[in-house]
Amino acid sequence: MEKAKAHIDHKKKVISIHGLEKSFEDYAVLRGIDLDLYQGENLVVLGRSGTGKSVLIKLISGLLKPDRGTIEVLGQNVANISEKELQELRIRIGFSFQSSALYDSMTVRKNLEFPLVRNRKNITREEIDTEVEKVLDAVGLSQTINQMPAELSGGQRKRIGIARTLILNPEIMLYDEPTAGLDPITCIEINDLINEVQQKYDTSSIIITHDLTCAKSTGDRIAMLLDGKFQRVGTFDEVFNTDDDRVKPFFDYNFIQ
Amino acid sequence: MNKKSTTSPPAEKTGFSLKQRLAEFFADLYKVHLFVLRFFKEAFLPPFEFKEIVRQCFEVGVRSFTLITVTGFIVGLIFTKQSRPSLSEFGATSWLPSLVSIAIMRALAPLVTALIASGKVGSSIGAELGSMRVTEQIDAMEVSGTKPFKYLVCTRVIATTVTIPILASYTAFIALLGAYLNVNQNEGTSYTTFMEQVFEPLTFLDFTASLIKSVVFGFTIGIVGCYQGYYSTKGTEGVGKAANGAVVTAMFIVFIEEIIIVQIIGNFR
Repeated sequence: MEKAKAHIDHKKKVISIHGLEKSFEDYAVLRGIDLDLYQGENLVVLGRSGTGKSVLIKLISGLLKPDRGTIEVLGQNVANISEKELQELRIRIGFSFQSSALYDSMTVRKNLEFPLVRNRKNITREEIDTEVEKVLDAVGLSQTINQMPAELSGGQRKRIGIARTLILNPEIMLYDEPTAGLDPITCIEINDLINEVQQKYDTSSIIITHDLTCAKSTGDRIAMLLDGKFQRVGTFDEVFNTDDDRVKPFFDYNFIQ
Repeated sequence: MNKKSTTSPPAEKTGFSLKQRLAEFFADLYKVHLFVLRFFKEAFLPPFEFKEIVRQCFEVGVRSFTLITVTGFIVGLIFTKQSRPSLSEFGATSWLPSLVSIAIMRALAPLVTALIASGKVGSSIGAELGSMRVTEQIDAMEVSGTKPFKYLVCTRVIATTVTIPILASYTAFIALLGAYLNVNQNEGTSYTTFMEQVFEPLTFLDFTASLIKSVVFGFTIGIVGCYQGYYSTKGTEGVGKAANGAVVTAMFIVFIEEIIIVQIIGNFR
């Protein structure tokens, strides 16, 4: 499916990162990241495995603390807010994990209800059912409502993972390797779903991937992470129209449709 | 990716330095201390996960029920059988019910229950939370604005703290049943006489001490299992370590607590 034109508001930054640094013991993973995500935009962060792409979105969601730098998400500095404020902010951010991270002791219905009943006070049973059906319909998996995660395929698990984040109507979506480990057809379906979410739910997204097909079909802008910094940022063609030996092999070894 | 230069001596890097090990031990101790404090801070604040607490109580009870029934019965039976020769030397076999009841109520029932629960429940909690940690399920709860600590840790610790005293009472009953069968077979003592002799030497302090021990053991098993699982790392290897660590550490601490509580209770006798 061709990506529809996104309604990006370049005046409104939903995420603004400055001088972000993160090390693990003596490993400096991120070394001064600067990044802005605009309202309604899909930004793809590309990079090889181990370059700190997932670390970046874990820092944005407050799962990790930065060593240096600031991360402003929806106007709040994630590193300096209280636990309660962070919890409230997280409701406005959807996080789709690489492993889907579905609660394997709960059915699909319970997985979807879990964040909803804990974040919406006084919600009725009917409202819960309506919300669950709505998000399942959005990801096209209404028939799986009573299944356990172990009974789902990899692509279905990814979709349910996305549905679980959508149930709270997030303003920002963070996708960690949404197409990793999936067959090419399912990858295309997930890419289409990411674009649908952007359109239907009016979200701004950061998509972490090393899959160029995913990057090209979902990204309004691409940021290439190399050696702990964004070396190239722009449209897909702008990023890969280069002789840079660090970027070119990434393009050459990927299959682009 | 470049590495930052490091000036650490080789001994420190490989983890063989005594200083580093001590530092790690105290860092771990501090982390445990924070974990326990966090439990008390979050367990008594709303929202309360009543449904999950009840579900966990049921899980803890069901997981250990069969093993506790078998073990409790055997403990009562064997203890009676092994004690008889010593008492018969002094012609005091009629004291068997009293001896057995004191041993079971004061020590065996809470301790045997705690050791079985450490193996069955502690390892299960450690493995379950460890697996949730390494598959990012705990992170998923955190980023969806829910409180995984409250939902996963508080509920399990409350469940073990509440359920293990109940299981210990059941163990005592089953062990006394085993003892009665042996006494009845050998001495022909009736059930009523046996029960009278069982309760005769027991005081309120014995019941209280047994209850306190079970509560402390239950809390320990829950908190150790949860701590090991919640901070599990290194993938599937970490899950195994968490399960193993939950059993070994809980058993070790239970024995230490047994000694301390016996000493304290001894002062009130």
